[in-house]
Amino acid sequence: MSSSIDALLGQSYRHGFVTDIDSDTLPPGLDEDVVRFISRKKREPEFMTEWRLKAYRHWLTMREPHWAKLKVNPIDYQSISYFSAPKRDPNAPKSLDEVDPKLLATYEKLGVPLHERARLAGVAVDAVFDSVSVATTFKERLAEAGVIFCSFSDAVQNHPALIEKYLGSVVPQGDNYFAALNSAVFSDGSFVYVPEGVRCPMELSTYFRINAKNTGQFERTLIIAAPGSHVSYLEGCTAPMRDENQLHAAVVELIAEDDAEIKYSTVQNWYPGDENGIGGIYNFVTKRGECRGRNSRISWTQVETGSAITWKYPSCILRGENSVGAFYSVAVANNYQQADTGTKMIHIGANTKSTIVSKGISAGHGQNSYRGLVKILPSAHGARNFTQCDSLLMGGNCGAHTFPYIETRNPSATVEHEASTSKISEDQLFYCLQRGIGEEDAVNMIVSGFCKTVFKELPMEFAVEAQNLLAVSLEGAVG
Amino acid sequence: MSALLEISNLSAKVAGKNVLQGLSLTLNAGEVHAIMGPNGSGKSTLSYVLAGRPGYEITGGTVKFQGRDLLSMEPEERARAGMFLGFQYPVEIPGVNNVYLLKAAVNAKRKASGLPEVDAYEFLQLVRGKMKLMQMDESFLSRGVNEGFSGGEKKRNEILQMLVLEPTLAVLDETDSGLDIDALKVVARGVNSLRSADRGVLLITHYQRLLDHIVPDQVHVLARGRIARSGDKTLAHELEKRGYDWVLEVA
Repeated sequence: MSSSIDALLGQSYRHGFVTDIDSDTLPPGLDEDVVRFISRKKREPEFMTEWRLKAYRHWLTMREPHWAKLKVNPIDYQSISYFSAPKRDPNAPKSLDEVDPKLLATYEKLGVPLHERARLAGVAVDAVFDSVSVATTFKERLAEAGVIFCSFSDAVQNHPALIEKYLGSVVPQGDNYFAALNSAVFSDGSFVYVPEGVRCPMELSTYFRINAKNTGQFERTLIIAAPGSHVSYLEGCTAPMRDENQLHAAVVELIAEDDAEIKYSTVQNWYPGDENGIGGIYNFVTKRGECRGRNSRISWTQVETGSAITWKYPSCILRGENSVGAFYSVAVANNYQQADTGTKMIHIGANTKSTIVSKGISAGHGQNSYRGLVKILPSAHGARNFTQCDSLLMGGNCGAHTFPYIETRNPSATVEHEASTSKISEDQLFYCLQRGIGEEDAVNMIVSGFCKTVFKELPMEFAVEAQNLLAVSLEGAVG
Repeated sequence: MSALLEISNLSAKVAGKNVLQGLSLTLNAGEVHAIMGPNGSGKSTLSYVLAGRPGYEITGGTVKFQGRDLLSMEPEERARAGMFLGFQYPVEIPGVNNVYLLKAAVNAKRKASGLPEVDAYEFLQLVRGKMKLMQMDESFLSRGVNEGFSGGEKKRNEILQMLVLEPTLAVLDETDSGLDIDALKVVARGVNSLRSADRGVLLITHYQRLLDHIVPDQVHVLARGRIARSGDKTLAHELEKRGYDWVLEVA
């Protein structure tokens, strides 16, 4: 039985191809001139250039973090090219019909046909190809509702006051090594502003993709939910086959004002490297949301199947009274993948609540760590946290690790932590086989059952996608 | 009368230990056979070997199921060909709906026979009917497979699965253990409802009481890895009165 499972493991990455498009790429290297070049290229106002330079100067004083349970090959930051954009003629495409058909074909191959997406009621797509947005749909319908959903570059041009007010207000330039680097050189990303009392009429969705060789990808996302507003944002990504390790250091900032709610869902499928651990994306991401207002809510739901290395802790700062933070995560580490992921819940306001549900799946030689911090400050009277960390091991060469940190400085707080580690047992597998269910289907069924509480949090169409992705990622992973 | 299951001179090892040692048994279509025997005599091993559980090494003999070489088939192929094992300790699969597993099982079997997938509505009607027979609450459908079930509920669930899958050969491994008398009757009713001229049942049990409700055509006593004695239902009564020792002595 195990030999057939091993054979299934040999399944190669389905999204491995490179689109042949001329890139307007900066030569490798990083200094103040490069930062200025990026800012100028994007016709940014002076305050942005200064903001970037401040970040860059701070970054120079910092060192790479090494506290995570990860083995990272040294990264040569001078060998990375910090800007790459698909060539745009002066008459840039104004609609999908004008977009380079090769780009559209790329999305088709990924199973994200924009035309289809656009037709799907309720889904808007701001597709990011390499570093520059190439197509934005449904803008008009969103505009009617007063929702701003555009590329970060457009936001800098058209809504500089909002950018100046909110950018870096949750993740400051000097927050950590990778956030500082991102702040200096980020090229594009998405911006969302939902005005007071507005319920965003559709799920907002962005598909990311790394394409040009040796191009680091530094996305910046900023989502602001004004008082009483509601928005659900979906992020999904795949990457083409590649031998060199590629650095991806994104920053996502969320701000929820009084009674506002932000749901942020991610299905992440960066190229994980081959079955020997060669290649793959380094995904070093800083994601943080601040529940700034009373009764505000932020939830992070993530399904992480990709990347050679994942370093990612989507967090919530619960400042507003009665605010609620949630983190639901499925993280897969197969072959030689390493994941060090989890969350931070910082309780500042009274009666703040947080929920953490983490499901780690390790297979092959994968190493999966949950690292979480629950911090209750003296001001957080009556704060509550519930944490559940479950690990599933497939085969005997993988590892699961849990690092929960709890700091409580208010005696009225309640913190609960549950953890479990299990193996896909021979018993469970045999039970399914005995009912006539094939091995692969049986494994998928058992894993999906394990992840159910997280999948439930995803928007419906995303949940299906996530389940398929998980099935592909774990093909043949039981041995 | 055709042989559904023919076991000839079967020997098997588990963890280096010879557990089955030249076991022979023939079960014809339409028959119910009971296998009794003391602890450690190889009863559960026999059921696992028939179902193809990994970790059991066949060291000799043959098994034919409807004329096919059973031992060369994968566990899932055996199931699709109509063999069902009612587990002594059904495993929990958290988060997987009972009804989902059941439907996947039915469809896997149908696919193997070249049939289209079952219609969702009709399937639910069918399952509901069988649940009624097993006196199971509808909430069982949406609960995780055996998740948090009591021992009795798990056994009922096994029989429910059997009724939905309609196997040609059902091997029931101590399905009666841990059941109170009312539950035992429900389980027996389920098994009896499946009896027909083209099906067979192999009942593995410690106790005669199950055989009051499911009356067997033959009773075998398993001892030291082989059939030590066979007889009709009166053999079970004799065992109940005299214990196993006298059989072992004779053997």
